[in-house]
Amino acid sequence: MTLDRKTISDRLAAVGYVADRDIATALWLMDFLKRPLLLEGEAGVGKTEVAKALAAVHGAQLIRLQCYEGLDQNAALYEWNYQRQLLAIKTREGVGESADAIEEHIFSERYLLERPLLAAIRRKKPPVLLVDEVDRADEEFEAFLLELLSDFQLSIPELGTIKATSIPRVVLTSNGTRELSDALRRRCLYHYVDFPDVDREAKIILTRTPGIDTALALQIAHMVAAVRKEDLRKVPGVAETLDWAATLAGLDVHDLRQEPEAVHETMMCLLKTREDRSRLTREVADRLLGKVA
Amino acid sequence: MALAAISKTGEGIGAPTRQRLAGFARTLRDQGFKVGLAETGDALAILTLPLAGRSSSLKPALRSLFCATHSDWERFDAIFDAFWLGRGLRQARTLSGSAAESRASVRRLADASLSSGTLKLPDHVDRRSVGDGDSTGDGRGRREGASRFENLASADMRHIVDPADIAQVQALAGRLARVMRARLVRRERVRRSGRRLDLRRTIHRSVSHGGTPVDLAWRHRKIKPLRLVVLLDASGSMSLYTAFFVRFLHGVLDAFREAEAFVFHTRLAHVSASLRDRDVTRAVDRLSLMAQGIGGGTRIGESLSTFNRWHARRVINSRTAVMIVSDGYDTGAAEQLGEEMRRLRRRCQRIIWLNPLIGWRDYSPLARGMQAALPYVDLLAPAHNLESLAALEPYLSRI
Repeated sequence: MTLDRKTISDRLAAVGYVADRDIATALWLMDFLKRPLLLEGEAGVGKTEVAKALAAVHGAQLIRLQCYEGLDQNAALYEWNYQRQLLAIKTREGVGESADAIEEHIFSERYLLERPLLAAIRRKKPPVLLVDEVDRADEEFEAFLLELLSDFQLSIPELGTIKATSIPRVVLTSNGTRELSDALRRRCLYHYVDFPDVDREAKIILTRTPGIDTALALQIAHMVAAVRKEDLRKVPGVAETLDWAATLAGLDVHDLRQEPEAVHETMMCLLKTREDRSRLTREVADRLLGKVA
Repeated sequence: MALAAISKTGEGIGAPTRQRLAGFARTLRDQGFKVGLAETGDALAILTLPLAGRSSSLKPALRSLFCATHSDWERFDAIFDAFWLGRGLRQARTLSGSAAESRASVRRLADASLSSGTLKLPDHVDRRSVGDGDSTGDGRGRREGASRFENLASADMRHIVDPADIAQVQALAGRLARVMRARLVRRERVRRSGRRLDLRRTIHRSVSHGGTPVDLAWRHRKIKPLRLVVLLDASGSMSLYTAFFVRFLHGVLDAFREAEAFVFHTRLAHVSASLRDRDVTRAVDRLSLMAQGIGGGTRIGESLSTFNRWHARRVINSRTAVMIVSDGYDTGAAEQLGEEMRRLRRRCQRIIWLNPLIGWRDYSPLARGMQAALPYVDLLAPAHNLESLAALEPYLSRI
């Protein structure tokens, strides 16, 4: 089932994802060309949210594979249930079964533990597979992933080849801590996710923070945009903005300019290192607040 | 899939459109995009759709398809507008023009040194290869500074050593880099012998023993090789050593599985790609041209800042040694250098500073830049000859 572009962008809005202009096109193109989508961008711009929204749009299950340094195929693909296997060997041996029969038995589906990649290709309804922070996994894993993404089948030595029952929609995200291979980049559609502009961020705040008024949301968005322009070690992401908005709403703040004290005290929602905290002094914060007006 | 898409959808598209698309793909390729047949085929499939009628909807679709990196992403709009809409033509021309110009300037540089007797580059530089190699240099020459010609004169290595000697020394430098790598690997394997049980294989083997794990399978810890990032100062004050180090860099990139090289002067340039040419002479020549064509002051602090801001996250991991080759004469502010060194130190495993001047008699690191950087340097070593480089090897193997 492929949805057209209009439907996708409508549904994105319906599931509460405030899309930037072109992401709907990219999501639609994924289906049309049957290619995975590679999302790049700074940490905290909402790359993972895109995959979640995509799953919601299609009413599909979201299967997430979080990559990390040293991620191997065992953790990503499948694992055998060793405890049960050991138990089975013991009990069957008592009955006097042959070694071959036991082996056949314990290496069957019953003892197989699915990990995200295997799970993703064995669903009846195509799920959304999110390969999060693929740049953290090593090159070998990337090559393996590439193979899986082009064939959608994998072989388990004890069981044989497993073909995909449905082709998942694959979203990969990268923070750019390592250069990805050209092969992987070429296989994928590409979308660079930027920090949302002020209007969009205000909209995100409005949809995600119940009971906040539009003027305040806009002020917060302006303020955060200004903070991001400062020379910080860790630039606040959208999640931080939402935290801050929720905090301010909770404190019953209605106008940032009226209550600079509250702004300064809640700044820790945005600034997560001591260095950044000391860099954004009260004077700087006041200056930024002045610009918001 | 892509070919099928072409044959399936291609009929609806007239020959002019196809040609136009092919032209667009070529333009993108010229701009350094990695566009293959599969992408062009998919683009053709997109063009058959109703959305292709409006550029506002066609652009994002083609952008997602053709872009592969952030820098592609940022340049795409201008190229698209210029090609399909004829808009912003002047802008686009400057974009592509600057690359072409810099190529031309490299050539001019080469010609100049051929024709004039006074301005001579080192003899080992093979002029003919410049013409062949310039397309792969992909416009990096753009980063050239202002005072190119003054430096061209002073960069003449012939006054110091005889060409045959230079070639020999450089070959040695390359070999040394390879030997260093080989030793590093061997030592690592002996030292790190962490093991853990491979349950999957153990169970498989235990079946024939009635489930008793008699035959254990072990897994060896995978060794993560040391990554080396080299920042080479190619300013005027270093010119006597630049060619020598460029050769060393090539050897390092060739030998280390993970290594990155940067050259800086007034700006910073990522040169790993140009250096990874199989043809040693061509790679070294290209870089020598780039390095020596530039001059007029060194901004170490500013270059490091660029590095920290744009490259560090990508090229530095927890097992990275950063090697800075510079004499520490900084025309920028020493405070900035200190600050950037502090940032860099936090990211990487070790900072090694090679300073050719240490080899000189009675040298002490008095340059202001050197003073500011020293607190963050793990090893300050001389690097005026091959012996001093070889002396580094035991240190690198201990990291």
